[in-house]
Amino acid sequence: MIAAVSFENVSRHFGSVKAVDQVDLVVQPGEFFAMLGPSGSGKTTCLRLIAGFEQPTTGAISIFGERAEGVPPYRRNVNTVFQDYALFPHMNVLDNVAYGLKVKGVPRIERIRTAEDALALVRLPGYGTRKPGQLSGGQRQRVALARALVNRPKVLLLDEPLGALDLKLRENMQEELKALQKTLGITFIFVTHDQGEALSMADRVAVFNDGRIMQVGTPQDIYARPASRFVADFVGSSNVVPPDFVKRHCQRDGWGSLRPEAIRVSTETNGTGIPARVVSVSYTGAATRLGLDAEGLRLHATVPVGAIVPEQGADVVLSFGANALHVMAADA
Amino acid sequence: MRSDREASAPFGLKLAAAGGLLFLHVPILLIFVYAFTTEDKTYQWPPPGFTTQWLAVTWNRPDVWEALTTSVKVAAIATLIALVLGTLCAAAVSGSRFFGREVISLLIILPIALPGIITGISLRSAFSLMDIPFSTWTIVLGHATFCVVVVYNNAVARFRRTAGSLIEASYDLGADGFQTFRHVVLPNIGTALLAGGMLAFALSFDEVIVTTFTAGQQQTLPIWMLEELVRPRQRPVTNVVAMVVVLVTLFPIIAAYYLTREGDQVSGAGK
Repeated sequence: MIAAVSFENVSRHFGSVKAVDQVDLVVQPGEFFAMLGPSGSGKTTCLRLIAGFEQPTTGAISIFGERAEGVPPYRRNVNTVFQDYALFPHMNVLDNVAYGLKVKGVPRIERIRTAEDALALVRLPGYGTRKPGQLSGGQRQRVALARALVNRPKVLLLDEPLGALDLKLRENMQEELKALQKTLGITFIFVTHDQGEALSMADRVAVFNDGRIMQVGTPQDIYARPASRFVADFVGSSNVVPPDFVKRHCQRDGWGSLRPEAIRVSTETNGTGIPARVVSVSYTGAATRLGLDAEGLRLHATVPVGAIVPEQGADVVLSFGANALHVMAADA
Repeated sequence: MRSDREASAPFGLKLAAAGGLLFLHVPILLIFVYAFTTEDKTYQWPPPGFTTQWLAVTWNRPDVWEALTTSVKVAAIATLIALVLGTLCAAAVSGSRFFGREVISLLIILPIALPGIITGISLRSAFSLMDIPFSTWTIVLGHATFCVVVVYNNAVARFRRTAGSLIEASYDLGADGFQTFRHVVLPNIGTALLAGGMLAFALSFDEVIVTTFTAGQQQTLPIWMLEELVRPRQRPVTNVVAMVVVLVTLFPIIAAYYLTREGDQVSGAGK
């Protein structure tokens, strides 16, 4: 099978800054792929390399088997939903959506019909005559989506697509985007710094840091078996524990990752396990988050609703299942 | 409109405002009055009588028409040059970051900050050095130096408010450079260019100093008026022409004001 997008040893340098540094990447056709990382980690530059707004300093990029270096954005069968939506303010919604068809010379009647279909697809039928300035943030997001999808791209790129929306709207859009992608079967690649968004929407996630890919895998892989301390720390605020702790508790070498929800906190101090003191207690709604001091090591644990929550300053005993402690191969 | 109660300004302030307005506009009204006076050798107050004969006299004077044609031609060509160069400069300065960008921005604006005499003298010596004969075209070049600034200032402000992602979005949707300019860039900067062009035209139309230094035998309208003032006969003809100049320059400036204001609202609503 030909990869939708493939990077071979791609670098993009701005002067002495290595925005993207020797990245290898394969995105499969029809995949919902997330690029996750903190700001400045190179994920957006990777997206712009695929869109054609940036050219690689070195390396090869292929889109459905065709080499993409030197090909301008307007000759790529790839469309982008921009972070600020970039709707044309002087055109109404329908003209915005029909723009891609217009510049390709599609006749007026046909492009209006196609654009109206696209607006119906994003559940904005009848909004065609409005100007972008008259729409809410969520509606503009949908128009931007329709404007990109109307061109039937082989790959749809989304740059922090939900970043500007409020929480409720964001959750709705996450579900809608995922459903839309399943229906259309188009390869979606989206950039986000929100690990929750990446884990809940994507088929596979690439975690970026300092212009490099730290790990690629399914959300389950990334969450349960992080390859490095950075990934463990960035994805889901795991407890990263040092090698001596790992050695003591499971007789293996290397840094370990211990999920907060895998730690059992017992107030019966005569039980077996790691003695610890509760340093902080914070209520987060679905659970209570505890800050713990265990033998000088700072750990976090979550206590589910209904369980006994120890008070701040209380002495407790910690335990976890044999499989809960994941030992990481990479040192970084 | 901002406050609910009708706040009234103190009497002294009203008086000062009225005085200021009178000071600014009475001389202009006097020009209009003298265009219709029956006395044609001195500016006598009050005018001994009123007549519209000077309109006809002015209409039939070939030197007026010649000066007017020269002025319109110079202003039109200088504005055209300014529109092209000013837009390109603005696009370059706002579209990308490069070493010395601020310096270049300053250098473009400099001609309008410099006294006209400096621009005039430097252009005159430059033309002489290069053995370029003084003609209508040297006037055009002289005027273009400050017309570019006006267009540039208008265009650069609009470019800054126009998100760079709009151009990228256009490319992304399959439009090449020309289509992007035609469908996205031009509609977004169009009113700014129109406003800048109108201001440039108005500036060029009544320019005296740079024209004096860069003209050969050609007379633009303002130069013609200066020379006419020292002649003793048919003085109201000058006033008729002055009246026309006021009207010709006033309308573009008012139109430019409204166009740029409207543009602000449009781009503000888009955010």
